[in-house]
Amino acid sequence: MSLYGDQEQTFSVNREGLLRELDKILPDDALLYEREDLTPYECDGLSAYRQLPMVVAIPSTIDQVQAIMRICYERDVPVVARGAGTGLSGGALPHHQGVLLSLARFKSILDIDTRNRTAVVQPGVRNLAITEAAARHRLYYAPDPSSQIACSIGGNVAENSGGVHCLKYGLTVHNILKLKMVTVEGELITIGSDALDSAGYDLLALMTGSEGMLGVIVEVTVKLLPTPERAQVILAAFDDVEKAGAAVGDIIAEGIIPAGLEMMDRLAIQAAEDFVHAGYPLDAEAILLCEVDGTNEEVSDHIAAVRNVLTRSGATEVRTARDEAERANFWQGRKAAFPAVGRISPDYYCMDGTIPRKHLPEVLRGISELSQEYGLRVANVFHAGDGNLHPLILYDANREGELEKTEAFGGKILELCVEVGGTITGEHGVGMEKINQMCVQFQSAELTQFHAVKHAFDEKGLLNPGKAVPTLHRCAEFGAMHVHHGKLPFPELERF
Amino acid sequence: MGDLTQSLVERVSDAMRGKRALNIVGGNSKTFYGQAARGEALEVASHRGILNYAPTELVATVRAGTPLSELEQVLAENQQRLPFEPPHFGESATVGGTVACNFSGPRRPYAGAVRDHVLGVRIINGKGEVLSFGGEVMKNVAGYDISRLMSGALGTLGVLLEVSFKVIPMAEHEITLYRSCTIDTAIDTMNQWAGRPYPISAAAFDGENLYMRFSGSHSAVEASRLKFGGETMDDGVAFWQRLKEHQHGFFQGEGPLWRLSLPPAAAPLKLAGKQLIDWGGAQRWYRGDAEASTIRRLTREAGGHAVLFRGGDRSLAFPPLDPVLLRLHEKLKQAMDPEGILNPGRLYAEL
Repeated sequence: MSLYGDQEQTFSVNREGLLRELDKILPDDALLYEREDLTPYECDGLSAYRQLPMVVAIPSTIDQVQAIMRICYERDVPVVARGAGTGLSGGALPHHQGVLLSLARFKSILDIDTRNRTAVVQPGVRNLAITEAAARHRLYYAPDPSSQIACSIGGNVAENSGGVHCLKYGLTVHNILKLKMVTVEGELITIGSDALDSAGYDLLALMTGSEGMLGVIVEVTVKLLPTPERAQVILAAFDDVEKAGAAVGDIIAEGIIPAGLEMMDRLAIQAAEDFVHAGYPLDAEAILLCEVDGTNEEVSDHIAAVRNVLTRSGATEVRTARDEAERANFWQGRKAAFPAVGRISPDYYCMDGTIPRKHLPEVLRGISELSQEYGLRVANVFHAGDGNLHPLILYDANREGELEKTEAFGGKILELCVEVGGTITGEHGVGMEKINQMCVQFQSAELTQFHAVKHAFDEKGLLNPGKAVPTLHRCAEFGAMHVHHGKLPFPELERF
Repeated sequence: MGDLTQSLVERVSDAMRGKRALNIVGGNSKTFYGQAARGEALEVASHRGILNYAPTELVATVRAGTPLSELEQVLAENQQRLPFEPPHFGESATVGGTVACNFSGPRRPYAGAVRDHVLGVRIINGKGEVLSFGGEVMKNVAGYDISRLMSGALGTLGVLLEVSFKVIPMAEHEITLYRSCTIDTAIDTMNQWAGRPYPISAAAFDGENLYMRFSGSHSAVEASRLKFGGETMDDGVAFWQRLKEHQHGFFQGEGPLWRLSLPPAAAPLKLAGKQLIDWGGAQRWYRGDAEASTIRRLTREAGGHAVLFRGGDRSLAFPPLDPVLLRLHEKLKQAMDPEGILNPGRLYAEL
């Protein structure tokens, strides 16, 4: 079964002709086409979705990328760009008729400018490697997705990745200055500049989070921030999830923007504790991890203030990390939450909705009711400060029909997020995974506008086809199975 | 005060059918900016009102015609602010005009620009369709980021109806320190300090003095005072206000005013005349007799660009775009406004 819908664009690609052309411009080790060589590329971090590409190209120069794009443009061949392949939404899922363009060999840090506090890096550079290279100048790159040891900066730009420090330091879009990009026609352009803004439309914003649909990123200039003098973390335990949710608002009402504010529920706490022994309280219904950073003085003030707020908000226990080792330990449990859940269930499925924080209690109740309805357990891990939820649905792919049930359950969670004014994806992207839920979040006029923007960059629809923005036909089919509040979405379309 | 969506949609749809240009007018406070406007006026200032403001959610959603001062006052009553400290350039300034121009104040290099804090928009595109993008949440990667694309597009891609902003708490304490120095020392000092973990919220040089503002917790700001030294300004608030509104002495008088957007640590450009430095070195204002082509060349070589901000030949307000980029701009304009009726020519003749 192809994951690409029946209504999606199809291509007629002459495999032999394509290979011949690519072979002329790429060295032998940069072109893979035998089945066993293609298999490692059949999926990204969303391993439930698999598809072999026709060809894998692994260029190591911008010239080669341009040449590949020119060939594919000429021959109408789809191209899917891939960084480290850690994405969780199937954004780098290959196209069976296309080239999987791996940017893994672009892994040099080209420059660190300490005076302007920027770094110029190739797209395959790992997120954490930037911070490691900048550390000796007491600078760092702020966005820190939990996959930061493996994920690449090019992929971060494509997905507008976040992390645990977004509320204070922003997402990828807030922390990059300039991109070099190869267009679908193979032209190299520069977007943004070394200054804080540039003339014309804000294409830097448009490119960030565009999921490989508008161009291929071949170089990124990121901003570096001064490493805070000190960071300190507090762990607070609650006997009630809703109290923990309310405490988040109370901290912000105090005028404090924490560097990180994370929440885990009972099942997530237990899984993490069993795995890394972070010292989490096992009798708690929820814990909050609140990190503050800044100057020494500021951190001392804010820690005292946050402790007071948490106590007032009904925390049953408030612990401040005594030293750097304990701070690392508190975080270890949170950062290992996904693999920890992976230990207690054969498979898990990670969702990524974002909601206005005030709706947290009702959304949690909704998830819990759905969990019972579908008979699948859920561990909840949240970026609580910015309302980004990562419910992890526990399932067993080897049980007949359980993956389908899980996907349906996940879809319901996302629809619940949209219903309360939130979004289906906060930081993981739409990719192939949430393509149907886009039909719930957007009306046909908006989807049509997205397609028009895509068309402006990629008239032939060759870049990452079938992802990120659903066709209206797909939405009509999805809608037909999915009558919402008794009203058919996309009423103007014929039904099939 | 109210919701003018329906009548605005009708006006845009009519104009599209008749292929007539529309000149979107908010508070009329930024008419001077960009290339000259043409077309029938589309008044949006009465489309106003704060629709949702939840202080603990750090989000405010307002109609685009809402006066900027009204929004700022409501935020201030809750000890919050717009992070980007926008200039008004007139009492009538609206939220929509501020977004369309992407105008940010002295806090910009440390807190981000208008575009960084736009979470969502509701617009009318050039086909008269009402569209919503983004939303009221901090993280949202569903669909292309058309909300931020609206910032700085000068109304050429859509009529703004509503904007959702991320807002932040006001700092507990704020001081402005100053000391006399040369322009080179000022640029050096601003950038050295920006690389250290102190709560800097503004840095400027007016030809005589370097001014540094620190905002944050009382203890952190006072610790910065000790480390930075210099004199404390009594009227720091008024100083930054005058600077951002172009009421500082530097801005008095006639003659074209250039805005130079540069990498912050760039050496002073060798241009005859006066330069005032803001944004920690990243935004420099220039007044003098240098040729436009010289100004453009020097800023480009330094890694930035120059905008003719006020006065002079408006048809040259923005620097020419690279041909491939220009083609992308034209296609994007075509995608949002196929008949080219929204503020045509305000940003570039082709758009």
